[in-house]
Amino acid sequence: MALFDALLELADDHLVLGHRVSEWCGHAPMLEEDLAMPNMALDVIGTARSLYDYAGKVEGAGRDEDDLAYLRGEREYRNLLLVERPNEDFAHTMLRQLYFAAFMHPYWTAALTSQDETIQGIAGKAVKEMAYHIRHAGEWVVRLGDGTEESARRMADAVQSLSIYVGELFEEGAAEGVDVLPSRAAIRDEWLATVKRVFDEAGLTFEDSKFPQTGGRSGVHGEGLGHMLAEMQSVHRAHPGATW
Amino acid sequence: MYSQGLIGADGRSEETPEFLAAFQARVDAETKIEPNDDMPEGYRRTLVRQIGQHAHSEIVGMLPEGNWITRAPSLRRKAALLAKVQDEGGHGLYLYSAAETLGVSRKQMTEELLDGRAKYSSIFNYPTLSWADIGIIGWLVDGAAIMNQIPLCRCSYGPYARAMIRVCKEESFHQRQGYEIVMKLAQGTPEQKAMVQDALNRWWWPSIMMFGPHDADSQHSDQSMAWKIKRFTNDELRQKFIDATVPQAEYLDLTLPDPDLKWNEEKGGYDHGPIDWDEFWRVVKGFGPMAKDRVKARKKAWDDGEWVREAALAHAEKRKARAQAAPMAAE
Ligand SMILES: [Fe+2]
Ligand SMILES: [Fe+2]
Ligand SMILES: [Fe+2]
Repeated sequence: MALFDALLELADDHLVLGHRVSEWCGHAPMLEEDLAMPNMALDVIGTARSLYDYAGKVEGAGRDEDDLAYLRGEREYRNLLLVERPNEDFAHTMLRQLYFAAFMHPYWTAALTSQDETIQGIAGKAVKEMAYHIRHAGEWVVRLGDGTEESARRMADAVQSLSIYVGELFEEGAAEGVDVLPSRAAIRDEWLATVKRVFDEAGLTFEDSKFPQTGGRSGVHGEGLGHMLAEMQSVHRAHPGATW
Repeated sequence: MYSQGLIGADGRSEETPEFLAAFQARVDAETKIEPNDDMPEGYRRTLVRQIGQHAHSEIVGMLPEGNWITRAPSLRRKAALLAKVQDEGGHGLYLYSAAETLGVSRKQMTEELLDGRAKYSSIFNYPTLSWADIGIIGWLVDGAAIMNQIPLCRCSYGPYARAMIRVCKEESFHQRQGYEIVMKLAQGTPEQKAMVQDALNRWWWPSIMMFGPHDADSQHSDQSMAWKIKRFTNDELRQKFIDATVPQAEYLDLTLPDPDLKWNEEKGGYDHGPIDWDEFWRVVKGFGPMAKDRVKARKKAWDDGEWVREAALAHAEKRKARAQAAPMAAE
């Protein structure tokens, strides 16, 4: 079941991040971002769907994407703490996206040569999307870091508050020993290079946290995730067995 | 999503009779009017209002539907709803661009929306109270929008007509998607059926009010018709909409909340019961159940985003300054 668990971790990362980004819809700082953010949310939710679907098949117990997304509680969710962090402000949101995409781009690139064809297929689509997310979020991190005094302060705050969630990205989690998925630890250097390139231009400095927060992979989350899932699952759970 | 019978535009103009006649002749010959063409001030003003109201409607319309993105009951529906709300934002963007060709900026239009000077479609001042509302809005509200907007694809003003062609394709996709949501609910569990009937009961009358006042009470229609901004009257469009929708409701065994709705053989269309115009005007005048909340939400997004917009400008300035300084430093 290692592959099933590893797929769930990945799927949960994408769905939870997509949910957070989608919370901006209609409330963005400008109309262009009201289009760009749903776009990014759609990308990661699309990937989550493919991953849940495949996880359900691997498990072979007849669970589909909705059973996996809507009928597990917060202790069963296996996403990274980073992706469940609240939106806070536009600086936090863009930095969270950059951190995630800077990880997933090399991850999916490595997965392109996976022996598993389904994973290869998912990676092929996701790798292009993640390149766009790095570009889009990265450009914002630069604009905000090198913008006004206020934006620079907010950007620096975001770096402060999100960097403690970076270490968890590189934990192998359930994927330990699953040879059709890339090693997560091996991605650290490339992740750091991408983030440093953006930070240099933005006038920001990255410092690895000495005390990284972890626990997402074992279902020990922040307090926000339970609220997110309560909202996300409310209609689905109120009508057991209904189709939509 | 939509343009309502225009509210409060003043199409009067003071140009010479010769100029107006020549303009009318171009319109009558179905020549598209383009941004750099001479046009009566009243024509320009009417279009600025109408396109602006339409753009604002798309943007405010993101809120009631956005209210269900985080609760959509399946991942497929969640993705489709996100895409739909994003489309509406895109419609807003094309429409603001079309209005900008008439010499008003998006910023100016946004400020008018936020301080209450500009109107948007009243339909968005009703709350979305269940998942079924998302289906009903797609079916009825996007459906009514299409009835209004298909003739606008032939509007005499070129940029508006072209924006509408693109918008209409997406609106008809939204309408089908909405009907499909409704169909699933209507064929679902008793609770789902009750949910969708309740949503239909709440949205039916506001939807048919979207076409605006009866022709006899609509002040601005005649000039807009003559200028071929508008091609059909409010009542004509409303009739088409009702005639198209009644069989769709019957097919799903849903009841439209109008006991007077019946087929009129002689006119070849449905008769409907009296519309509550007091409610219509109350909502148009800004006393709809969600009016204050909608504008407040838009204003909050705009105000909260100000530092982001300022930062983007400041950064662009800094870049420009650095690019100008760089070659000199190299000398
Ligand atoms: Fe629209
Ligand atoms: Fe529209
Ligand atoms: Fe629409």
